[in-house]
Amino acid sequence: MTKLKEALESCQEEYFLPGNSCCAGCGLEIALRWAMKALGPNTALVTPASCLNVVVGLWPKTAPNFPFTNMAFAAGAAAATGLSAAFKAKAYRFPGKGWDEMTAITFAGDGGTADIGIQGLSGAAERNSDQIYVCYDNEAYMNTGIQRSSSTPHGAWTTTTTTGKERFKKNLPAIMAAHDIPYIATCSISEPLDLYDKFRKAKSIKGCRYIHILAPCPPGWGMDSSESIEVARLAVKTGSWILYEVENGIMTLSKASKPLLHSSKRAPMMDYLSKQKRFANISEKELIELQEYVDHTWKRLESDLSCQEQYPK
Amino acid sequence: MTEAQKDFVQDRETIIIKGNVAAAYAAKSARVQVISAYPITPQTTVVEKLSEFVDNGEMPGTEYIKVESEHSVFGAVVGASKAGTRTFTATSGQGIFYANEMIHWAAGARLPIVVAIASRGPAPPWNIWADFTDVISQRDTGWMSCFCSAHQEIYDEILMSYKVCEDHDILLPKFIAYGGFILSHTSKPVIIEDQDLVDKFLPPLPSEEGWPHIWMDPKRPLMFGNLIMPSSFYYEFRLKIHDASIRAKEKIKKVAAEFEKTFGRNYGNGLIQEYKMDDVDVGVVIYGDLALQMEEAVDQLRDEGYKVGMVKLRHFRPFPTEDILDIAKKVKVLGVIDRATAFGSQTGGPVSCEVKGVLHETKGTATVLPIINGLGGREVSLEQQKEQLKKLVKYHETGELPKDVIHGTLWDGLLEVE
Repeated sequence: MTKLKEALESCQEEYFLPGNSCCAGCGLEIALRWAMKALGPNTALVTPASCLNVVVGLWPKTAPNFPFTNMAFAAGAAAATGLSAAFKAKAYRFPGKGWDEMTAITFAGDGGTADIGIQGLSGAAERNSDQIYVCYDNEAYMNTGIQRSSSTPHGAWTTTTTTGKERFKKNLPAIMAAHDIPYIATCSISEPLDLYDKFRKAKSIKGCRYIHILAPCPPGWGMDSSESIEVARLAVKTGSWILYEVENGIMTLSKASKPLLHSSKRAPMMDYLSKQKRFANISEKELIELQEYVDHTWKRLESDLSCQEQYPK
Repeated sequence: MTEAQKDFVQDRETIIIKGNVAAAYAAKSARVQVISAYPITPQTTVVEKLSEFVDNGEMPGTEYIKVESEHSVFGAVVGASKAGTRTFTATSGQGIFYANEMIHWAAGARLPIVVAIASRGPAPPWNIWADFTDVISQRDTGWMSCFCSAHQEIYDEILMSYKVCEDHDILLPKFIAYGGFILSHTSKPVIIEDQDLVDKFLPPLPSEEGWPHIWMDPKRPLMFGNLIMPSSFYYEFRLKIHDASIRAKEKIKKVAAEFEKTFGRNYGNGLIQEYKMDDVDVGVVIYGDLALQMEEAVDQLRDEGYKVGMVKLRHFRPFPTEDILDIAKKVKVLGVIDRATAFGSQTGGPVSCEVKGVLHETKGTATVLPIINGLGGREVSLEQQKEQLKKLVKYHETGELPKDVIHGTLWDGLLEVE
């Protein structure tokens, strides 16, 4: 993993500029800032409807210091495919001008990824569309005011699950893994160097790459803005958010999550849940279900890891 | 055909192809750089022919994205066009409706995307046959739209459209519609023009900088499409779309004249095409494939001594308001024939509504009789069209509406139900 000092030295350039209107402690801001430090200036970003449409600045102000386009909710992955195709077409017409070095990325929220955007994303993945698709996951429709999405966890309060969500969180990275794309990674804003390295690696790979970042939302999760990173870290420590990569079908647990294969190393879910008001009213039963869900996920993971084979290239 | 036109036809590559294939050839002739498509009846053979071209290496440098839905089709061409490439796609009926959100997006971003539409009737019940309700339903999106009545016209109009759309004073997307199956799946001789001549006629492909108003370029990092407050320029941007569409009328006329000069084929003034409109009492405004057959109906009735003529409406957006006003001054009765619906409107037919709107409060113009026919591909025979003309003549002579008028409109060719 890149050392902090090394990372700070090599990426002093800022691509997501101060003056943007993110809330204090916004997970999205940290995710985008570090992702762009890893990707650099030859990156063109598509963002479908989400907080990112708003926090980048009201017209004509512009916080991103790189090519950036807003896009309709369900069209993120398709538009990035279009950009990627256009860069290839331009590289053909204007060889040696750097168009073949462009990286097209989609930067979408969990609603734009797991709900309304999943068809376009699945299509792009199946075509192995040459792009990095990033889901910054704040586990609800935060831009419209905290409504449940398929990525909202079980038990969580939202304005449309006032007694807590019945269903569990949709496992998007697993769905993407089922598409057999070259690279999948999960990240947390509490592990910026891990995130930085994963984006660097993704950039070096061609084809469809998927990165899913847990990005806490202080107003949506009901916590102080100073606690975003701590809560994101607890999501990892409890094992409810697992950091890993899947490269050509081979899954590898990342440094922060690897020790948690031993259940004794995992912090109890209550440590994570108790920090957030959205879980303030969960029942004893829901708490047990959430803990069992985490433990079951790890058991399944252990079994998957033990029997995986390199996919024939 | 004039002698001059005959000269032009010689020495050209003439092949017998489907209307859809003519659309694919036009995209090839226009050297489109990015294509995205999703199959839908009756557009499918456009998609297939383009695949063949790209796979055979006949379109070097062209990227072809075969996506999973029409929403993504338009998402992809919007993305590709934003980055400064010439783009193309084709779709039909339900595909247009599904992509509606992105169709608005393309016009709002002022992207010169050109799209062929093999028009079909909206479901339910399922219908895949000629009906222009699909393209006309996009009336208020900001797209320009036009109708073709012949195979050659599909090829020609796509070329003309790139020239209009990509003009830096216009920068709007455009639909080129033709009747599903009637044109899409029948074969006729089509001249595929010499590539050098097409290259000279069309504007050059976008430069490395892309379009003048939008780009995705790390050397000029900028954000596009961000939220804009009511007090800022949203309202003004909307006016600019309307203004560009209205100004496009002159450009369409200019391009049609240049096209005739280069390739020898005449499409009236680009917006409309008159047929035997001198010394007439009764005229019809008609569009799409039925216009071609109507020429024959007009010929036959003229031989019988009727003073009838027709106007082929080529463009629906921008609407040729001034031309329609002129036409309406030449005739006493004007039949406006729609193969599309505008439910609950004044006439039930979108173009007849439009014509009535144009003539409103203008004295000394024709009386309009709206006619609807051929919905969902219902056959409209030559005999039926002759009867339509005769009904209009009778209306002119007696002042009495035909018996079978419903809510002021002649719904012609309905099945008889007891």
